[in-house]
Amino acid sequence: MNGPRAGGEDLPPYARALGIVLDRIEHGVPVLACDPSSRIEGRPGFFQGGALAGLLEMAALEAVRADLGRREAALPVIKPINVSIQFMRNGDLVRTFATGRVVRAGRRLANVTAEAWQEDRGRLIASVWMNVKLG
Amino acid sequence: MEQARTLAAEFMARLAGEPFDPRLMAAMIGNWGHTGWLGLRYHGHGADWMELALPWRDELVGDAQSGVLASGPIVSMMDMVTSMAINQKLGRNAQLVTIDLRVDYTRAAQPHRTVIGRGECYKLTRSIGFVRGVAYDESLDDPLAHVAGSFMIVDGVAA
Repeated sequence: MNGPRAGGEDLPPYARALGIVLDRIEHGVPVLACDPSSRIEGRPGFFQGGALAGLLEMAALEAVRADLGRREAALPVIKPINVSIQFMRNGDLVRTFATGRVVRAGRRLANVTAEAWQEDRGRLIASVWMNVKLG
Repeated sequence: MEQARTLAAEFMARLAGEPFDPRLMAAMIGNWGHTGWLGLRYHGHGADWMELALPWRDELVGDAQSGVLASGPIVSMMDMVTSMAINQKLGRNAQLVTIDLRVDYTRAAQPHRTVIGRGECYKLTRSIGFVRGVAYDESLDDPLAHVAGSFMIVDGVAA
């Protein structure tokens, strides 16, 4: 979870294995996507909640990296302190997107949220907030 | 893939509402979908708690340099094991939906170690199950993460 990355590229092994990719950069923030496969399926026919949590966390961390990349010459180590996930709707087996928003980033701590959606961006299926330690 | 999904759906439909068998359910989720890919295995159970194991694997690493497991697989395991603790306390396979789950990372996981997740259901109402739990790799007394959450018991009100 460290190294000189601007966000979105070179995702960790877990994210790559799960099929998480960078879909696009939107206003400087990575939008991640995950296509359906047996690796993310939960109750037959639905996106598994834990896999969704993994996608959301990755989006939150990438948002922090993108933010730090604009402000710092070298990226500090980013360590999650806590994460809270809320599930709003069942996820279908379709391409699922997630992007994060840094609410506040100081020198030692960043507060970040992330949201996930499928076909309709206005219908969120899950969200997280995360607090991460920097350095 | 399609055949496996049909089988899994049929298996779950048959188990719905039936007495909860922790080992059978662990075998099911350990061989299907996301939880099967993670490699979750049965580790233990009691009257209101359940334990699953998440064996270390390089595909599940979140930081290639340190070799420490990513947060995502641990969250997935804790979501699954706390929901199983509700089923265990209810004594049947209920239809559960996660409302929320909070994870506090109290220390780093050890590289190359199997992580054990323990979920406990500490309160049931007619429609909500409240859970807490820990993830640990060596001793239950030295958790790497604590969790708290709640689940909707979809088929709970009329039961």
